Amino acid sequence: MWMSGLGPQSDSFEELAMPLFDQLYNFAHWLTQNREEAEDLVQETYAKALRGFSSFQLGTNFRAWMYRILRNTFLTSRTGLKATMTVPLDPEEDGPELAVEFETPETILFERANRELLQSAIGELPVYFREIILLCDVEEMSYQEIAETLSIPIGTVMSRLSRARKTLRDRLRPQFQAGSATATIAKGTNRGL
Amino acid sequence: MVCESWKAKLDTYLDGELPSEEMRDFDTHVHNCSSCAADALTRVQMKRGIQAAGKRFAPTSEFRRRVQSTIATKPHRRFRLTWMFAAALSILTVASLLSTYLGVQRSRREQVYSEIADLHVAALASSSRVDVVSSDRHTVKPWFQGKIPFTFDLPEVQNSEFSLVGGRMTYLGQTPGAHLIYAVRKHQISVFVFQEGALRRGWDKSSAVTKELSFNMATWSQGGLRYFVIGDASTADINNLAKLFKSTSS
Repeated sequence: MWMSGLGPQSDSFEELAMPLFDQLYNFAHWLTQNREEAEDLVQETYAKALRGFSSFQLGTNFRAWMYRILRNTFLTSRTGLKATMTVPLDPEEDGPELAVEFETPETILFERANRELLQSAIGELPVYFREIILLCDVEEMSYQEIAETLSIPIGTVMSRLSRARKTLRDRLRPQFQAGSATATIAKGTNRGL
Repeated sequence: MVCESWKAKLDTYLDGELPSEEMRDFDTHVHNCSSCAADALTRVQMKRGIQAAGKRFAPTSEFRRRVQSTIATKPHRRFRLTWMFAAALSILTVASLLSTYLGVQRSRREQVYSEIADLHVAALASSSRVDVVSSDRHTVKPWFQGKIPFTFDLPEVQNSEFSLVGGRMTYLGQTPGAHLIYAVRKHQISVFVFQEGALRRGWDKSSAVTKELSFNMATWSQGGLRYFVIGDASTADINNLAKLFKSTSS
């Protein structure tokens, strides 16, 4: 959502901001992992955004602006500080992930559509990984938008996203391997029957 | 590993973030490389899985309404303030215009009163105060025929304390009119009659006696004519003579 027209005052803040409500709430809940805190975070985000709407710069990305406010509000909250302090961000210089095995967590995930397992794994990711995966794959933001939202260079977006995905796959692999074994047993049992 | 360099960019490719030329090269490679194609497929599935799993939390409608009401009130407040400001500005403008208009009207009225007072004083100071000397209204009224473009009735004052001295032609600006002089005790009272339309002034609807340049004056409109009664007599005398004219003309 890019601002255009005569200026922020010519458009209603409500008209621009309310269509983002569901996705902002979803993102807030993922960050806080708590409904009440998510509601507080969203409410505070909208209040801050409304107050700062007159200073919103023309030609910049309104959605990224809203997400940035929400994220910054979260990071300065008690829950946000706790989340970022207890889970230090790994260095960004990790090398690229390479070969993928034939029987991968992704394959198993797709076959079983184990959404709950994936949700649990996303929820357990460090906040910096969780947010970048959500912004890219759930909110379908471009790298540029993510860079604006997180206030980091695009190169950092790419490397952090790569490591976030690798971390997610690594965490899912043992669970899916266990699940796969169970499924194989069940499959064999069924065949036996 | 022939595909290492490709796989390093696989996520960026699937996110659609490679430069267009590299995207085309990648498309070609994926079509020809089963390993990269399989890897791309699983990662796309992963993305789709995350996308589906990620859309997990929905706000309650009550919470939505609450937030919406908080952000909707301020624009409305701004609108109300803007509207109030515009209304206040309009009121000020109208008040200013009205004040100017009333000021102009008042100024014109005061000018007319001043002229009427001048005419009254000038006539009394003249050696021939009246052109037609008669206490008989049936003499004075016909005298004005052909001299002024209208006619009017004079009250019968025989049984009152007033006496008709006579009449004369007069002009208020360029408007011709009748000037009648009455006496009450030792006071001289002028009665002026003009065509209302010819004067084109704004007048108070009230015909109450007012003080103009220390003279008492009453003015009213009746039958398309504008009457002025002015003199140094008491307010009651001015008012009584005015009543006599009003009752005669009605």
